[in-house]
Amino acid sequence: MPRVNSPSELDKLRKDILSNRDPQKPCITLCAGSACHATGSGDVAASIEAEIEKQGLSSKVDVRKTGCHGFCERGPIIVNHPEESCYFQIKPEDVPEIVSQAVKEKKPVERLLYTDPDTSEKIIHESEIPFYKNQERLVFGSNGSIDPKSIDDYLAIGGYSALEKALSRMTPEEVLEEVKKSKLRGRGGGGFPTGRKWEESRNAPGDIKYVIVNADEGDPGAYMDRSLLEGNPHAILEGLMIGAYAVGSSEGYIYVRQEYPLAVENVAIAIEQAEAYGFLGKNILGSGFDFTIIVHKGAGAFVCGESSALMTALEGRAGEPRPKYIHTAVKGVWDNPSVLNNVETWANVPLIINKGADWFTQIGTEKSKGTKIFSLVGKITNTGLVEVPMGMTLRDIIYKIGGGIPGGKKFKAVQTGGPSGGCIPERLLDLEVGFDELTKAGSMMGSGGMIVMDEDTCMVDVARYFIDFLTDESCGKCVPCREGLRQMLKILTNITEGKGNEGDIALLEELSEVAKEASLCALGTSAPNPFLSTVRYFRDEYEAHINEKRCPALSCKELIAYHIDPEKCQACMICARKCPADAIDGGKKKIHLIDQEKCTKCGTCFEVCPARFGAVQKISGEPVPPPISEEKRIITRKSKQK
Amino acid sequence: MSEILVQIDGKEVEAREGMTILEAARSVGISIPTLCHHEKLEPFGGCRLCIVEVQVGDWTKRVVSCVYPVEENLVVRTRSGKIDKIRKMIIELLLAHAPDSPELLELANEYGADKDRFEKEASFCIHCGLCVRYCAEVKKKNAVGFIDRGIRKEICFIPEIASKECWNCKECFPLCPTEALQAAYVLTKSLISPPPSFEPASEE
Repeated sequence: MPRVNSPSELDKLRKDILSNRDPQKPCITLCAGSACHATGSGDVAASIEAEIEKQGLSSKVDVRKTGCHGFCERGPIIVNHPEESCYFQIKPEDVPEIVSQAVKEKKPVERLLYTDPDTSEKIIHESEIPFYKNQERLVFGSNGSIDPKSIDDYLAIGGYSALEKALSRMTPEEVLEEVKKSKLRGRGGGGFPTGRKWEESRNAPGDIKYVIVNADEGDPGAYMDRSLLEGNPHAILEGLMIGAYAVGSSEGYIYVRQEYPLAVENVAIAIEQAEAYGFLGKNILGSGFDFTIIVHKGAGAFVCGESSALMTALEGRAGEPRPKYIHTAVKGVWDNPSVLNNVETWANVPLIINKGADWFTQIGTEKSKGTKIFSLVGKITNTGLVEVPMGMTLRDIIYKIGGGIPGGKKFKAVQTGGPSGGCIPERLLDLEVGFDELTKAGSMMGSGGMIVMDEDTCMVDVARYFIDFLTDESCGKCVPCREGLRQMLKILTNITEGKGNEGDIALLEELSEVAKEASLCALGTSAPNPFLSTVRYFRDEYEAHINEKRCPALSCKELIAYHIDPEKCQACMICARKCPADAIDGGKKKIHLIDQEKCTKCGTCFEVCPARFGAVQKISGEPVPPPISEEKRIITRKSKQK
Repeated sequence: MSEILVQIDGKEVEAREGMTILEAARSVGISIPTLCHHEKLEPFGGCRLCIVEVQVGDWTKRVVSCVYPVEENLVVRTRSGKIDKIRKMIIELLLAHAPDSPELLELANEYGADKDRFEKEASFCIHCGLCVRYCAEVKKKNAVGFIDRGIRKEICFIPEIASKECWNCKECFPLCPTEALQAAYVLTKSLISPPPSFEPASEE
C-alpha cells in the first residue's frame, strides 16, 4: 500500500479506487455479522464462492461479505447490487438459484423475497421493506455496503474525507466548536454533551492526553456497538482521530470486549490498514498531527463500561470505579486528561464534520440530536438493530419497524437502557425517545437496548432478573450497591416465590433510596431502577404477589399450578406422553389429571395441548380444583355415524 | 499551601488546599463516622458511612467526606435526617455480616440501627479493605487481596506470599473492625504450611 502524504494524494487514491470499480457490475453482498454468522452465513458464503466459480462468473460478479445489516431476525441476508434486491434466511442450497436466476438473469427469486405481513405482497428492494423504510440509517447504513476488512471499500464510500477536512481545513478549535454546535450527546449511557467533554479535556492541564473508545458493551440484549465495530471499524477510527486532533491527544485506546472476537479482529485489521496508508502514525496527511491507536481487550466485567472503572482496567488493575470527585476528562488514565466516548458516539463524528453541525441539528429533538441505534429484542416480530431519528415514538419503533408483538399477544412493557434502565408501560408508548424523555419516564437511554415484553412477562420477575444480574456485575466495593443489591435480590426472590411480606415494597424503596444516594458509581446509583420503574408502573403486580400470592402474568413458577380442564380435555394423551415428570395420569377415553405433587411446572403440557382443545390451564392465586371422580373421567364419545 | 475557609456544622474551619472534608472536620474535633478510612492509606470510598451534605451556592448534594476535597466557601452538614437514615441503613446492612463487631454495635447505638433488620449471613468481613490496602500500600507485600466481585467478593490471603511474609507481620490484624481477617488468615494457615527451609525470625 502506498503511503498517503497529503490531501491531494488521498483524493487521487480515492479516484483510483473508484475508477477500478464499475457500479453496474453485479455484486452479491452477504451479511457476515455475528448474528448472521450464528444462523449460518459462513456456509452460505462458501456456497456463493463455489457457485460463482462453477457457473464461470468469477470475473463478472463481485462478492462482498459485509457487517450486520440489522434485520437479524431474517438472517442470513443477501442483497444483490446494483438492483438492490434482497433475500432473507438464505441456506446454502438456495445459492445456485440466486446466482443463476437473480444475478445472471436479473429475475427475482420470488420464494426468498420478503413478504409484507399486511398486504402479503412480495417486496424486492431493501429500502421498501417496512423494517428498513421507517429507519434513518445515517451511522449504521454503510454497514451493508462495505467489507469491513477492506479500507478501500471505506475509502470508496468517502471514508477518511472528514479526517482530511479536519486536518487540512480546520483548526482543532474549529473541530471542537463544530462538535459542540452539533449538540451531540454521548451514546453510551449518560448522554453527556460530547463537545463539552472534549473541551474539558482540551483545557485540562497536561501534555499527555488520551482519547478512548468505550466498546465494553455489556447490557444483556444490546449489540449495536459490536455490530458497528465489526461492520464499519474505520468509521470509529476516523471519529477517534478527529477527536484526538480536537483535544490535543496523540494516543488512543479502544477498550473492546474480549468476547467480541470478530470486532477485535476487524478493528486490528482496520488499524493495520490505516497505518499502512499513513492515516495513523506520524505526520498524518502531511498535517503534522501524530496519532496511534492501541487495542485493549476487556476481561468481561459489566462495570468496566463505567468510565473510571474502564480506565482503571486500562491501567492494568482490577476494573473498579474510582471514588474521586473529578472528571476522567481532567484526570483519567494514569491521571492524564482522557476523553472516553462510546463506539456510536465516535461513529457520529465523521458525519458531523463532513456534513456540518447545522445538518446534524436538523435531526432529532430539541435536546437530543441525531439518530440513535437501538437493539430491538425480546417479544418482537422483527428482532434486530434499528437506527431512528431521536424523537420517534416508542410505538413507531415497536410497531412500524419492529412489526409488533408475535403470536397475537398483548404488549406489556418495553425495557430500555440496559440493566440499570427501566420498564415503560403501554400507556407511555407515545413517548418520543430522547435522553431526557426516557429519564423522566423512570428509565434511560443507556446504550440503546430495547427489550420488548408481552403479557406473559411478570414485571416482578423482570426486576428480580436485572437485580440478579447487577449483584453479579457490581464490583462489590461500596456497601449501598453490594449489600443493598444483595438484600433487594433476596426480597424480590421471596416475592416471586410467594414468600413476600407486607412492608417488602417499603423496604425495597428504602434500599433503593440509599443505593441511589450513596453508591460510589453510576452502576450503583442506577441499580435500583429495574425495581423503581416496575413498582411505579406495575405496583398492582407486586401487591398481587405479596398479598394474594398470585402472579398476574402466570409466570412465577412457585405461584402457579397447571390444571387440566375436565370439560375441555379430549384424552388425546399428548400431554401425558410428553410430561417429563410423569405427573399426568390419563388413558384413552379417560380425562387426564395432573398430580400436583409430582408436577415440576415445566409447562410442557401447556405447550403441547392442541390449541383447538386448550384444556391445560395455568392457575394462580386460587386453589387447584379437586380431581373429578373416576367415573366422570370416562369419556363416552358420540359415534360419528350418520 | 493556601488556606481554604469552609463551614462545617456551623463552625468556621481553616483547611489546607488538598485536604478532604473528613480531614478538615477531624482537625477541629468534629467527628464523622468511618469504617474504611485510615490516615496512612489512600481514601477508599467504600463504606460510604462518612457521607455528608455539602452546599455550594444554592445547590445541596451528598458526598463522601473521605474523598471530597475542601473548596472555598463550602458549607458542610455532617448530620441531617437524610444522612442519618443512610448511615443507619449502611450499619444495618453490615450488621448482617458482622453482628458482634463492637465498632458496628456502637454505631448502631448512635444511629438507632436495628441489629436484626436483615437476615444474618455472618461472613464477618465487611469489605472495608483495610487489611488489603495496608498490606499493599504500607507493607508493599500484597499478601492479602480481594477476589471475585459483586456479592461474592471476599478477602483472601495469597498462600505463596502469605507463607513468607505474614508470620512475622500480622500488622493488619488490629486494623480489622470485625475480626474477619483473622478467620481468613487462620484458614489459610491451616491449608498451607511454611516451606521446610523457612525459619521464622526470632521475636525481639
